[in-house]
Amino acid sequence: MSAGTYTPRPGAAPLPRMIAAQTALETRMLLRNGEQLLLTVIIPTLLLVLFSAVDIVDTGSGASVDFLAPGILALAVMSTAFTGQAIATGFERRYGVLKRLAASPLPRWALMTAKTLSVLVTEVLQIVLLTAIALALGWSPEGNPLSVLLLLVLGTAAFSGLGLLMAGTLKAEATLAAANLVFLLLLVGGGVIVPLDKFPDAAQSVLGLLPVSALSEGLRDVLQHGASMPWAEAGILAVWAVLGLGAAAKFFRWE
Amino acid sequence: MENEPVVQVKGLVKRYGTKTAVNGLDLVVATGAVTAVLGPNGAGKTTTIETCEGYRRPDAGTVRVLGLDPVADAERLRPRVGVMLQSGGVYSGARADEMLRHMAKLHAHPLDVDALIERLGLADCGRTTYRRLSGGQQQRLSLAMAVVGRPELVFLDEPTAGLDPQARRSTWDLVRELRADGVSVVLTTHFMDEAEALADDVAIIDAGRVIARGSPEQLCRGGAENTLRFTGRPGLDLGSLVKALPDGSGAAEPLPGTYRITGSVDPQLLATVTSWCAQHDVMPEGISVERHTLEDVFLELTGKELRA
Repeated sequence: MSAGTYTPRPGAAPLPRMIAAQTALETRMLLRNGEQLLLTVIIPTLLLVLFSAVDIVDTGSGASVDFLAPGILALAVMSTAFTGQAIATGFERRYGVLKRLAASPLPRWALMTAKTLSVLVTEVLQIVLLTAIALALGWSPEGNPLSVLLLLVLGTAAFSGLGLLMAGTLKAEATLAAANLVFLLLLVGGGVIVPLDKFPDAAQSVLGLLPVSALSEGLRDVLQHGASMPWAEAGILAVWAVLGLGAAAKFFRWE
Repeated sequence: MENEPVVQVKGLVKRYGTKTAVNGLDLVVATGAVTAVLGPNGAGKTTTIETCEGYRRPDAGTVRVLGLDPVADAERLRPRVGVMLQSGGVYSGARADEMLRHMAKLHAHPLDVDALIERLGLADCGRTTYRRLSGGQQQRLSLAMAVVGRPELVFLDEPTAGLDPQARRSTWDLVRELRADGVSVVLTTHFMDEAEALADDVAIIDAGRVIARGSPEQLCRGGAENTLRFTGRPGLDLGSLVKALPDGSGAAEPLPGTYRITGSVDPQLLATVTSWCAQHDVMPEGISVERHTLEDVFLELTGKELRA
């Protein structure tokens, strides 16, 4: 490189270009990571196919895929917005990626925007794939797509807040363990594949307040039963979103 | 470029809990120069640099970088300053060229990424992801990320730690090229030779304070005197030699036939010694002048070895 190569000419790229580049990179990192794909694609797909084909859990009247598909969509949102985001962000914090980016021209809010966009892109890919599989298995969804969209967005906000709270406060290893444990517990106890009414009454009222229960039950109300808009579930998700994002904003540590 | 300093630190204090990492530190970095912050591990180098980078808020004192407050004016400052962290900073699943291209995209007028990859020998990283790169490759990538945005000022935190001698030379060359093109460089190091080879200005810090500063030459001259050594016939009459030398010089024979002259060793003194030898029919062999090094300066100032 010749003389004058390094002559200073500083400047930040335009914000939309920075956010687009950051979103693309975050999404590539996520899709390249095998463990993440296991969580976000393979497990939901396997559960959907397995539990639709084999009557392991009594899912009530009607085709089991009509019960399962909304729950699996809720699980997909949780796997990306909560589990995947918590683990990835936890390790980015641990390995100084967040620290290094904080010294780059990319503002912090733009980094968080890019992370959210990357989560949304991944969710779109998941939903397209899982919907196609569910339809092939004989799923016949009902209801208003806009209600579904609103629930998915609220669910994403709620899970992102909780995932970032975990990633920004715990050690990366603790986040890894806790995020996987929570994923497993909520998979079983959150109305994803096991109907909530299989649990004792007292447990049901508590479990119903979990974000994944609110999302899966809300989606089921619309997609299985044709409800217009399940406001109670939407409200629960909104409260989780406010609490989670608020706490993450307050307690998140970048290093 | 002789205007106000690019970095001005006054009375910086930074504590972590009960531990005081930086204790009233002053530092001035001249525009367009290479400034080395030299000290043992735990002296407060990284804390000082990271305060300049806006990562830490001073507990007392003021820090100005390019005339701005690194915390309050962070948004304006970040595009103008390049940062190389001591370690990490890259997605573990990212390839070297991918990460560098990404950093380039965050800047308005970045360097040519391919040329930079070539220049820093990162081409052989290929499709290997960051976590599988060697320590040296990781260091060079981190350096490339610090300069790719064409900053006015770069902070390099131990840029050559863990590099093999060849990569170390190559990094030194890059630092010199940056200076030649008008980039101000602040680097931390605990390698004496690095500070001597690169820096226009050295600030030696220990226990959170600057204990000496100046050019490497000034610092080396300022401390103890230099030494001239030679061997010859044992038992020379050193009394007559000392008489011939300037005041304040000394001569000793620590081992039979091995002589050590201390004092302000300059060409005149060397000529005096050799002509004295000629008069006494002594063939001085293995004449060597030991220049006082920063290492000696550090040892004298702190009573400690630099390498921790």
